Amino acid sequence: MRIEIPTAIWAIWFIVISTAMILATLRAVIGPTNSDRVVGLDTWTTITTGFWVILALFFFQFVLLSVAMVYAILSFLGVLVIARYLERGL
Amino acid sequence: MLDAVLGWLGVVLVSVGVFFLFLGALGIFRLPDLFNRLQAGTKATTLGVVSTSIGVGLLAKGWLPFAAALAIFLLMTNPISSHAVARASYRAGVKPYPGTDPDECAKRHLTIYEESEEK
Repeated sequence: MRIEIPTAIWAIWFIVISTAMILATLRAVIGPTNSDRVVGLDTWTTITTGFWVILALFFFQFVLLSVAMVYAILSFLGVLVIARYLERGL
Repeated sequence: MLDAVLGWLGVVLVSVGVFFLFLGALGIFRLPDLFNRLQAGTKATTLGVVSTSIGVGLLAKGWLPFAAALAIFLLMTNPISSHAVARASYRAGVKPYPGTDPDECAKRHLTIYEESEEK
């Protein structure tokens, strides 16, 4: 890393992103219709991609960036398939 | 000197990204109907994850090409999935809440749907 990041900044990042994940999960659980659940799932996967990127910096492993890329691709395909299912059935 | 400047620029970018991810999740949780939620959950989180990737790419030496590729990929695919979900749920019969007063999509969309059903 180029600089040493203070521990307080790490703590703020992890706390804020965990709160965001909990909020998106709540929407995915309590959503009134199935479409609301899909929207919650989509947002949750995007937030999780950002979380993988921060984890890659935290553990300083380049491989975890590849994990984030694969996660983004799989969540994109999954949301497309679910949208197709909502529209007319598979 | 250059390391310090780029590193703190990266810290600022990652902080902005994390804040926007939180705003997107808050919009998902608080907004009244599906289309408002979709807008908040797509635009804010796209900015958040792109800013986070670029910031991490600046913070670590040599990670910038892959992080930029990840950012470009998310920038391309996130609106596509959002559009697919919005169109599918409108066709599946989810109505916007009464605050969206002129529902411009309704008549046009209805005619397109009937034409495709007739074939």
